[in-house]
Amino acid sequence: MIAFEDVSHDYGGGPLFRDVTLRLEQGSFHFLTGPSGAGKSTILKLCYGELQPSSGKVSVMGRALAEMTRDQLAETRQRIGVVHQDCQFLDHLSVAQNVGLPLTTTGRDLTETDLSDLLGWVGLGGHANAFPPTLSGGERQRAALARAVIVAPTLLLADEPTGNLDWDMSQRLLMLMVELNRMGTAIVIATHDLNLIRFAKAHVNARVLRFSGRKLQIAGAEL
Amino acid sequence: MSARDISDLVVPRSGQSIWLITLSAAAMGFLAVFALALSVTSANLARGWSASLAQTATVRISAAAGELDAQTAIVLDVLRTTPGIAEARVMVAEDQAALLEAWLGPDLPLDALPLPRLIELYETEEGPDRQGLRLRLSAEAPGAVYDDHTRWRRPLAQAAARMRGFAVFSLVLIGAVTAAIIALAASASLASNGQVIKVLRLVGAKDRFIARAFVRRITRRAALGASTGTLVACAALLSMPELEGTAHLLAGIGFQGAGWLLPLVIPALVVALSWMASMATAFHVLRGVT
Repeated sequence: MIAFEDVSHDYGGGPLFRDVTLRLEQGSFHFLTGPSGAGKSTILKLCYGELQPSSGKVSVMGRALAEMTRDQLAETRQRIGVVHQDCQFLDHLSVAQNVGLPLTTTGRDLTETDLSDLLGWVGLGGHANAFPPTLSGGERQRAALARAVIVAPTLLLADEPTGNLDWDMSQRLLMLMVELNRMGTAIVIATHDLNLIRFAKAHVNARVLRFSGRKLQIAGAEL
Repeated sequence: MSARDISDLVVPRSGQSIWLITLSAAAMGFLAVFALALSVTSANLARGWSASLAQTATVRISAAAGELDAQTAIVLDVLRTTPGIAEARVMVAEDQAALLEAWLGPDLPLDALPLPRLIELYETEEGPDRQGLRLRLSAEAPGAVYDDHTRWRRPLAQAAARMRGFAVFSLVLIGAVTAAIIALAASASLASNGQVIKVLRLVGAKDRFIARAFVRRITRRAALGASTGTLVACAALLSMPELEGTAHLLAGIGFQGAGWLLPLVIPALVVALSWMASMATAFHVLRGVT
């Protein structure tokens, strides 16, 4: 599903991480953890081509991102659901329209029933016609998750998806992602919330990748 | 909720560049109607002048008072027997007075003026052998001069053709400026909607989808502006005061009959130009976005 071969990334001031090699299989469940600024978000951005690595090769769904045309990159992104840390909404569109955006871009219509079910699933049933600036942080993250899963992605990337949620809602959203994983979607969640990781490991066979120094390593049983 | 409905909304409706497109398309539509009217009018005038002058000619007879009638009779006889002459008639005093009125005023004492006698003749489509006619007249009526208006017709036709050329060039300039303004406005619109483009790319939109969303918005505004400008220009042309006579430019500027359908081409052309300019600009700008 995702393969990193000797991937390094620099951010102007110096190397962020070095020689990351990893392979995430279809249907797998991974957490990315580490201190703030270690490169968790960067790894996710490399996965969907928002960033290009300074060196090394990133492949998604069997194809190197650097070799894709712009249309091929777009088609790949249509199969990836992303929950961005800052949500990335179009503020002039309603929640329902934002959630339906990935379908819109591929010319697929959105039925009211599907949309209503999905928004109900993330606890936003009454907010379909609201606009993103009027939502709380937690509501925005739930809407972002709904948008990420609306295309039934084969890969879901989530950057701190529970950062603004209370513990109950965090567990609820995590369980939604566990359900998606059981249906075959590969999940990668970047988080520094160790409680969330422990909770997830009780329900799903999740592997934890942890930044240590400038390397990405598989975390042991201490998590 | 259809995909088309949402895709029409992804570009925000607000933005100064969108107003700039509407305004410039309206101004260009307005100017283009006048350039088109000038082009059509000058073409009509050139055709009219050429046609009316091409098939008429004049024979001027200058002779002593005692010989004038005899020479006139000879010339009329020559003209009647010349193939290619449909009709010939001696201009009466009233006709000559009307010709001179523009320069010398009414109530002319024609008898006191040493005016030549004029014979107006109408040619058939084939026309006479002009050189042969001149030779016959000089042999049989030495005081008669045949004038086929060539020296008047040529500069008039040249002036009208050049005016038409200027009008067509103006139309091309207006089109080029319209395309440039719309390309700049499209570029500004895309630049000010960087976040929209970024989000659309992140959710998997292809460049074609994003470009179309912007191009649709821009083209609709250009169509609205150009239609408004065209309508206002047509109303302005219709409101021109009617002038007597049709031989000069001001009297005839505008369109006649079905010619009023011609300005409809202008909004269509502006739409086509907007579509091409904004599509090219959109793809150029999008190449810089991941």
